[in-house]
Amino acid sequence: MATKVLDITKEHCPMTFVKTKIELSKLQPGDSLEVLLSEGEPLDNVPRNAKDQGFDVRSVEHVEGSIYKVIIQK
Amino acid sequence: MEQKKLSIIAFSGDFDKLTAVFTLGTGAAAVGYEVNIFFTFWGLDAIKRKQGRSFTGGNWLTKIFGFMMGGLKVTPTSRFNFLGAGPKIFRYLMRKNNVATLEELVDAAKALGINFYACEMAMHVLGLKKEDFIPEVKDVLGVASFLNLSEGGRTLFI
Repeated sequence: MATKVLDITKEHCPMTFVKTKIELSKLQPGDSLEVLLSEGEPLDNVPRNAKDQGFDVRSVEHVEGSIYKVIIQK
Repeated sequence: MEQKKLSIIAFSGDFDKLTAVFTLGTGAAAVGYEVNIFFTFWGLDAIKRKQGRSFTGGNWLTKIFGFMMGGLKVTPTSRFNFLGAGPKIFRYLMRKNNVATLEELVDAAKALGINFYACEMAMHVLGLKKEDFIPEVKDVLGVASFLNLSEGGRTLFI
């Protein structure tokens, strides 16, 4: 039940979801990935894509300014 | 639900167009698409094992072509090449703005398990062998196999 943190606030398309996908593929069942991302395209797409690929999006929280935290579990 | 599929014909060996190939490819793979890239003609430069300039090829003519075409590190931009300074400027701008460079995109494509294929006919013309390419190149194909592979998905020619 490990939790990994991934900060993609400084990344741009397509690396925002490429890096998320690579980290998600390393998760074991029960593990979580905490993704820090910016509003706009990353916030619109990262949770949706994770859901589409069968992951559980546990929460989407506002951190500060334009930064959000998304918790995804396998 | 059947997996969505994107097949890209990478014809151009230009830095900017290859950046488009790998941006679309990695993006699609990251959102769950099966991605196939079929490298042909100038596009074969992107998957050469030797990324600089080297005399790959079967005879003196194709060896000279091989040297002039080069690999991923020496691809020219389609505009603003400035005798090879263009790609260096773009790489600098991309790094400065935290945008993935062509090399980073190629590494991501490998990590995402994108399928790379090389065109048999173009390899024959340019005197290139499968051993001249990076090991991630899955197979050497012709038109019929590519059509078969891309069936039921979307296809792009870049």
